[in-house]
Amino acid sequence: MSLKAVEMPHAAEEHKRNPGFDLDLGWLRHVRMNRSALERRAATIGTRRSVKKQWQAAWLLHAITNIDLTTLNGDDSKGRVERLCAKARQPVRTDILTALGVEDLGITPGAVCVYHNFVADAVAALEGTNIPVAAVSTGFPAGLTPLATRIAEIEASVKAGAKEIDIVIERHQVLTQDWQGLYDQVKAFRAACGEAHLKTILGTGELATQTNVAKASLVCMMAGADFIKTSTGKEKVNADLVTSLSMIRMIRWFHEETGIEIGYKPAGGISKAKDAITYLAMMKDELGNQWLSPHLFRFGASSLLNDIERQLEHNVTGRYAADYRQPLV
Amino acid sequence: MNVKEIFETMEYGPAPEGSAEAHEWLDGYGRKFGHFINGEFTKPGKTFASTNPANGEELAQISQAKKGDIDLAVSAARKAQSDWEALSGYERAKYLYAIARQVQKHSRLFAVLETLDNGKPIRESRDLDIPLVARHFYHHAGWAQQRDRLFPDQSAYGVCGQIIPWNFPLLMLSWKIAPALAAGNTVVLKPAEFTSLTALLFAEICQEIGLPKGVVNIVTGDGDAGEAIVNHPGIDKIAFTGSTGVGKAIRKATAGKGKGLSLELGGKSPFIVFEDADLDSAVEGVVDAIWFNQGQVCCAGSRLLVQEAVEERFIKKLKARMETLRVGDPLDKAIDIGALVAPVQVKRVQDLMKKGEEQGAVRHQPDGAVPSNGCFVKPTLYTNVQPANIIAEEEIFGPVLVAMSFRTPDEAVTLANNSKYGLSASIWTENINLALDIAPRVKSGVVWINSTNNFDAAVGFGGYKESGFGREGGKEGMRAYLRPNWELKLKSLGKSTVPAKPKLFATDGIDRTAKLYVGGKQARPDGGYARSVVNADGKLVGEVGEGNRKDIRNAVEAARGALSWGSKPAHTRSQILYYMGENLDYRRSEFADRLREMTGVSAGAAKKEVELSIERLFAFAGWADKYDGAVHNPPVRQMAVAMVEPIGVIGIAAPDESPLLGAVSLLAPSMAMGNTSVLIPSESAPLAMTDFYQILETSDVPGGVVNIVTGAKDELTKTLAEHDGVDAMFYCGDAEGGKKVEQYSVHNLKQTWTNKGKAMDWTDREICEGEYFLERSTQVKNVWVPYGA
Repeated sequence: MSLKAVEMPHAAEEHKRNPGFDLDLGWLRHVRMNRSALERRAATIGTRRSVKKQWQAAWLLHAITNIDLTTLNGDDSKGRVERLCAKARQPVRTDILTALGVEDLGITPGAVCVYHNFVADAVAALEGTNIPVAAVSTGFPAGLTPLATRIAEIEASVKAGAKEIDIVIERHQVLTQDWQGLYDQVKAFRAACGEAHLKTILGTGELATQTNVAKASLVCMMAGADFIKTSTGKEKVNADLVTSLSMIRMIRWFHEETGIEIGYKPAGGISKAKDAITYLAMMKDELGNQWLSPHLFRFGASSLLNDIERQLEHNVTGRYAADYRQPLV
Repeated sequence: MNVKEIFETMEYGPAPEGSAEAHEWLDGYGRKFGHFINGEFTKPGKTFASTNPANGEELAQISQAKKGDIDLAVSAARKAQSDWEALSGYERAKYLYAIARQVQKHSRLFAVLETLDNGKPIRESRDLDIPLVARHFYHHAGWAQQRDRLFPDQSAYGVCGQIIPWNFPLLMLSWKIAPALAAGNTVVLKPAEFTSLTALLFAEICQEIGLPKGVVNIVTGDGDAGEAIVNHPGIDKIAFTGSTGVGKAIRKATAGKGKGLSLELGGKSPFIVFEDADLDSAVEGVVDAIWFNQGQVCCAGSRLLVQEAVEERFIKKLKARMETLRVGDPLDKAIDIGALVAPVQVKRVQDLMKKGEEQGAVRHQPDGAVPSNGCFVKPTLYTNVQPANIIAEEEIFGPVLVAMSFRTPDEAVTLANNSKYGLSASIWTENINLALDIAPRVKSGVVWINSTNNFDAAVGFGGYKESGFGREGGKEGMRAYLRPNWELKLKSLGKSTVPAKPKLFATDGIDRTAKLYVGGKQARPDGGYARSVVNADGKLVGEVGEGNRKDIRNAVEAARGALSWGSKPAHTRSQILYYMGENLDYRRSEFADRLREMTGVSAGAAKKEVELSIERLFAFAGWADKYDGAVHNPPVRQMAVAMVEPIGVIGIAAPDESPLLGAVSLLAPSMAMGNTSVLIPSESAPLAMTDFYQILETSDVPGGVVNIVTGAKDELTKTLAEHDGVDAMFYCGDAEGGKKVEQYSVHNLKQTWTNKGKAMDWTDREICEGEYFLERSTQVKNVWVPYGA
């Protein structure tokens, strides 16, 4: 609140990275989140908006560019990561792209997201594309390893070629309102990232209230996050529209106060094309078109891509498609 | 636009809902409809066009009901009524359940037809109107089955005439028909002339489920047809939803006819945003408040009141949100605002906007065009609006919001209540103490905390002040379609004897002329005249002040000044009423003697009247902290708290007979529930109540809670019943007097109770010590409180 608002007209200028700001605890005291009202708004985003025909195709193609194509499993292997990267290079069958007349759009997902151990493999597999590799880091998914280890993890991933680092916060710092502690850690993570972009995973399913979610969002943004992200995918509750509203309204507020645009990444449980469209509509209506672009909006997902592909095929042929006919993610 | 272009712009495209089935249904009737009378569609008579307001295309020809059609419908309803009411509650429940199921089964057809006919977005008809219709019938199936258990010794009115508006055509039909049928009434319903189609589709459902012929009759037509229903002598109750203007005309037309009446009228509801609200959510609330159904909602939050500390920020957010509202084809699934119902409404809205601007309001509308060939109006926000501006006072009934600011919670309440209407209010704050402080202080029948436009069949809906009376939904809603059996058994009141005039200066020993009782003090009548009180033999027994208009004015002033009586703890009011009983008991023989002296009744009868008066004071002292509200369970995560509130100032014209007991029987429930009153005692025997001053004075009754003005009853009653500061009127007297009270009450639509020219038995404890007068001394406010951390 004490930060000076900066007027920044959109289309004309390059995206300006979040420089980070001082922790403003007074700002946090102004946060008010009404769960019931958020739920009502969330419930009508999908019912107020619908896209059909070529609009649906275009929106779905756009959604692909927002996907952080992700594999984060205990049994990940080099082969699994390479297959994911191959899918990232060619996310939609060429015949479908041709039929839609978009083969020259060069549609690829926003990033490929893996554990640190596979960063180098992914970078190699994506060589020659512009697709960045993102690494989950800092003791993912609980974030409760020694701080020095976590910082070293970030540095190692950056060194291995990761352009984006998805860190996790220590949830107890939110639950006990240790905002200074949270701020200091995220700031340290940001410093460790260097040029790599920092996405902060809040683990919203473990933060108990929408007020906590909103305050944690603000603290991460003040500390220099480039993106705020909902979930690791490992909590019991994944991303949903209610939590998303809480977070993106803080992004909007942060932008109003600082002129800095922060990205948003819902993750976990988003696997249907229709859900992707609802999320895009939410971003468009709440934040505006610029927040649809991949540098400000990502889905953390993998099977979503297959569902989108099936819908695109249906859009082209009028026949419903089977998932086994799309190349595996 | 091709995929590539859309990929770049990421705009929304058309997403139309199909309407083929609805058109097919219309074709099935040759796009020409008769009425639905006695289970059959009649041959179309003289017809008029029903058009789609989104494009001006004619949808069908609708018949204009003539008096003969109304006669047929009423006689079909009459014929069907006794058998319908004689069915077991379970049997009636099964029919209501069947209706609910059918509405659900054909929900999309209903939704599309509603949108075609009315212009509201398909999202609303699909997700709100039609599901609420089904819910209403399901809910009332339960009331039908439990009627006899929950409403013992009551019966249906008989034939109900129901006139509904065009803003929620099928939903308002359900709000009318479901409770009427559950209670055992039969109905003659007239949909609004702009929007009759879903009512006619509904008629088909009645046929399909085999609803007994004549239970539901639907006649179509304009205001003339409505007037014929209102004036039809064969109709026992009128239920109307619509404009306050028409509501007043109906009140006037039905005065003295003894018909039941419920009115659900206009509003200019406040939407109050405190500085500690979730502002982004409150902005979304505004969208649901005023840009729902194009603002054509009686309870639309059309007056935005924002605390000054956040005003600038809030208005900025609101303007930004307005940019993303999509106006256009109502059948499009991605449209927020559809078409107004008819060109005449567009003109009305635009005229008011123009006047508002002439009076200084600054208009804000989002960029972008709206379709040019339909009834579209852009969402509009007015700032720089003062309370005196016409658009801050008048109901616009369009997508037009006026914004004002306030500094303190008290000022918010004052501004909120600065309206002739009192339908709903929306209060936004994250502070529960503040929310629950403001909710009871806002004069409206519905309060939504941190939400808006919530409706449910289990939760009563209806207004205060000129927004009407009677509730729809919940237990209160059922009560509006039932009446106690004893009401029908009352005999006519005999003519009261006009006492002989005694000589002007006749005295009897020491002169004792009672004054008036105003604001807790005995006051000389303004006119400086006295009137004599003589007994049945023509002998002078005392003199009282001759009250006039100005005395009534002063008394009402005092009563309004004492309204904080209503916020005193019920326990306190209870104690005071007990104390009155105690003090009356202390002077029982003196009061009995006075009754004998004035009316010539036997000693036994006089004693009994005083004893019963004491008993009555005790009864309502006991009721004061027991006649309370309920917590309803709507199917959302909210509790709806039904608060029982006083009406305000109640005027009481006490009966001539039982001059003490009659007056006490009306005064005690009124006081117990927190009302203040102005009482006109029995004209022929006023001394019982002038003696009562001393009871009031010795019982700690705060000044102004009870005011008593003696004098010529008819004259005083007229002033009292016409007074805009009086919120309700109880009248006992002859039928003509009762009729006049109902006529006089029109200007501020005060609630009235009269004895309808019947002889009340004031000694009957069943009638006079129970809920009957408590109900008439109160109004129910439903406060919706959502929760969730």
